[in-house]
Amino acid sequence: MLKGWVIVFASFAYIGFLFAIAYYADRRADQGRSLISTPYVYALSLGVYATAWTFYGSVGRAASDGVGFLPIYIGPTLMMMLWWFVVRKMIRISKINRITSLADFVASRYGKSALLGGLVTVIAVVGILPYISLQLKAISTSFQILLQYPEIVMPQKIGAVSIVNDTAFYIAIFLALFTIAFGTRQLDVAERHEGMVAAIAFESLVKLIAFVAVGTFVTFGMFNGPGDIFGQAMARPELAALATPFGAAAGNYVSWIWLTILSMLAIVFLPRQFQIAVIENVDEKHLNKAVWLFPLYMFAINLFVLPIAFGGLLHFQGGNVNADTFVLTLPMSQRQEWLALLVFIGGLSAATGMVIVETIALSTMVCNDLVMPPLLRFTRARFMPHEALSNLLLDIRRAAIMAILMLGYFYYLLAGEAYALVSIGLISFAAVAQFAPTVIGGLYWRNATRAGALAGLSLGFLIWGYTLMMPAFVQSGWASIALIEQGPFGIELLKPLQLFGLKGLDQTTHAMIWSMLGNVGAFVLVSLLSRQSASERIQATLFVDVLSQTGERTGFWRGTASAASLQTLLGRFLGPLRAAELFDGYARANGAASADELDADARLVHFAEIQLAGAIGASSARAMVSSVVDEEPLRVDEVMAIIDEASQAIAHNQELEEKRAELEAATTELRNANERLQELDRLKDDFISTVTHELRTPLTSIRAFSEILHDNPTLDVDERSRFLGILVKESERLTRLINQVLDLAKLESGAAEWQNVTLDLREIIDDASNTVSQLFKARDVQLEINLPSESVMVVADRDRLMQVMLNLLSNSVKFCDAGHGQVVVSLTLQPGSVQINVCDNGIGIAKEDQELIFEKFRQVGNSLTEKPPGTGLGLAICRQIVGHFGGRLWVVSERSRGATFSFSLPIKTMVAERC
Amino acid sequence: MKMANKTLQKTEPDNALGPRRGHRGQRLVCIFLLGVVLFNFPVLAVFNVGATLFGIPVLFAYLFLAWAALILFMYLAIERFR
Repeated sequence: MLKGWVIVFASFAYIGFLFAIAYYADRRADQGRSLISTPYVYALSLGVYATAWTFYGSVGRAASDGVGFLPIYIGPTLMMMLWWFVVRKMIRISKINRITSLADFVASRYGKSALLGGLVTVIAVVGILPYISLQLKAISTSFQILLQYPEIVMPQKIGAVSIVNDTAFYIAIFLALFTIAFGTRQLDVAERHEGMVAAIAFESLVKLIAFVAVGTFVTFGMFNGPGDIFGQAMARPELAALATPFGAAAGNYVSWIWLTILSMLAIVFLPRQFQIAVIENVDEKHLNKAVWLFPLYMFAINLFVLPIAFGGLLHFQGGNVNADTFVLTLPMSQRQEWLALLVFIGGLSAATGMVIVETIALSTMVCNDLVMPPLLRFTRARFMPHEALSNLLLDIRRAAIMAILMLGYFYYLLAGEAYALVSIGLISFAAVAQFAPTVIGGLYWRNATRAGALAGLSLGFLIWGYTLMMPAFVQSGWASIALIEQGPFGIELLKPLQLFGLKGLDQTTHAMIWSMLGNVGAFVLVSLLSRQSASERIQATLFVDVLSQTGERTGFWRGTASAASLQTLLGRFLGPLRAAELFDGYARANGAASADELDADARLVHFAEIQLAGAIGASSARAMVSSVVDEEPLRVDEVMAIIDEASQAIAHNQELEEKRAELEAATTELRNANERLQELDRLKDDFISTVTHELRTPLTSIRAFSEILHDNPTLDVDERSRFLGILVKESERLTRLINQVLDLAKLESGAAEWQNVTLDLREIIDDASNTVSQLFKARDVQLEINLPSESVMVVADRDRLMQVMLNLLSNSVKFCDAGHGQVVVSLTLQPGSVQINVCDNGIGIAKEDQELIFEKFRQVGNSLTEKPPGTGLGLAICRQIVGHFGGRLWVVSERSRGATFSFSLPIKTMVAERC
Repeated sequence: MKMANKTLQKTEPDNALGPRRGHRGQRLVCIFLLGVVLFNFPVLAVFNVGATLFGIPVLFAYLFLAWAALILFMYLAIERFR
């Protein structure tokens, strides 16, 4: 037997436990060991999305139209993937600008407009009232039903008892006090509530456990699994129809799609979701895990909705029990009092979680964006000392919380009866969806203006009120039903539920279509037609480009201020201690010894304003700061210039970077050229010393033998002729050397004369081999020549080509062993060129020497001991010559395996030959 | 080419969510589009029939299975392909 006091005691014990969690989390936060700094708590706290609507209402919805409850959860699942872009940007902006609520966000984006902030607040408060009334209705209904245990009696109609005897009234008062105690214990500068988030995450767990417990009990305790429930249900035609809720017409999907879109917007723009997801976010990285964890949470809490709904329909035949209460009444019908109590606590969790976060978020808005701006402007509040001001702020919030819950209660009284839970909630969803164009447009469209936002929000809100809010009142009997059935003043086109004759849609879809059309249309049109003010322009840029900004932008302020007056101002709102702390921190970060030495420059003013914005909202902070500093207003063109400058600075930076790189490249090139020049200079010196050295060797021997001849006239004839022979040979060598040096010099300087003619390469090779045949015979080296049968025409200087061939042939014979040496000359044709190979089986050339041999005076081998015959210029000259003909000369060889010298020449084409 | 790369890196917004952010973003958009298709006409109409699967109406089974699959994909996109 559940007595009233047991239920009340359990409720208070549960709520006391919540307080304990919040207290513990706050203490941990103060110690710097945050309890909520994990993505799991973040994802769980997002579960505040699941309210009494989810806990009780989904089953009610499922009992009337099958899967109709699902878009509310599938929409957010889809949105989570875009969250990763949109919400991340919002978090970044809010952290930088210390934004404290959705209203503040919108106001800040559109030039810190107090008017816009106020409008957003009004829309949010009015729009959320139905949602709060839904929670009141759910708690009071479940309480009254549980009170009758074990009888299952539906509660009396709303308004049947006086307010004094109405449970819902006391629940509203209790929730208000609870939230006040919870959320406004102190004026939190950052508007972050760690304790609250921890408690909300815990509540998410409780409601999930409670719902899954009921689901398991119904599915497996009362029935034999889901197959049994659905099997029994499908056997009854009126229930079987729920399995195919879309019917045959495609039009039935429209409301499904619109509900999905609506809940996609709600998950971002509900004030409590914004509070939890953006303001209370500890670390941007938590978004990652939340992207899949939060949908998983919604999946789990919805898994048993259909079994419970069908189980309830099967169990309570006859329709005496409201489907919205199945979650509670099913365990009650089985005399499961503890399970029923757990369900009640779960429902309480769902409802209180929503009410706490929603009213705290709304009270911040009301305080910062509705009450404070006029209060600071028109009263002497701004001159109050910190204590008084701080208390004033807290009192405003407390009053706002109480007022919101009372308004919620009155909405429940006026319009709570006619609608099911889900339908009440959808009215609120449609209201907050009105924020979407303004906020998303503001995030991505730079030219969205304040006027556009005002127009869009106002029109959307008006249409929403006319098509959703007003009919709810009318249907509850507060105005003549004729207003709906015939339209105002009998004008058919203006019927609130069939505006402009649009029929065949459910109420929410109808309202969404018209309000979104008006909202987006007015927002875009007015934005295009109006101009941004200077401050709007600044804020638009800051918001749209937030992800690509690195540092803070502070160039947008000009005027004179004093650091002391700014600190005093901050002190009034944040407390003198906190203000001194902030200023000292700022001074240290900027290299000043203390706050007294600070220059009141644009950055300091910006810093002070941002800190203030965290406490009283962006527009009030703007107003406050401008009251203590003497500022010159910036004109739009100046702002544009600054913004342009900033973007130009980026462009300039890139240009500079490119120039620098170009310069670097040029420097490297120059350095290389310089090195090359020095190398050439060294080579020239080497060349000259080598040449003189090479010249001296024959000269020395000529001189020595001449002296012998000169000094010894008595030498016998044989001896004399031998010496003369040496003289002749050495002079020849000298001549050859001088000729080659001259030749090379000519070739290198390009002064050589070339008589290019078309000639047959085979002829040259034949001539050359004939010339050297004596040499080959003398050293007994075989010479083999492989030539193609047809002529190979090239353009070249005959003598020069001959010189190359002779050089290669005489080289090859020089390095072959006498006796069994073999040299093969071959000619291979390649596309466009011809290759001549001179292959020997001589001593070969080591890999590392293969390029050296083409350099001047470079001869392979130890030059002291085994100086090979020759001048060391031959190959260098050959390479020059072949290069001149447009060919290439190279060698392929291995030590003691012979060498193949090859050169290629471009073939003279037939056409060219005829010319 | 080297220069161009350097400048690109510099102007890229700071990367708070780890490397290859762009890829993850694209994956999420893909899953989003998949979700839009799965939970929409005409795919829903295909399952809007009276048959049952293991005793559960196919529409119910389909919606929850597709939902679970979508969450699995999101999990993979976020946690696996780092």
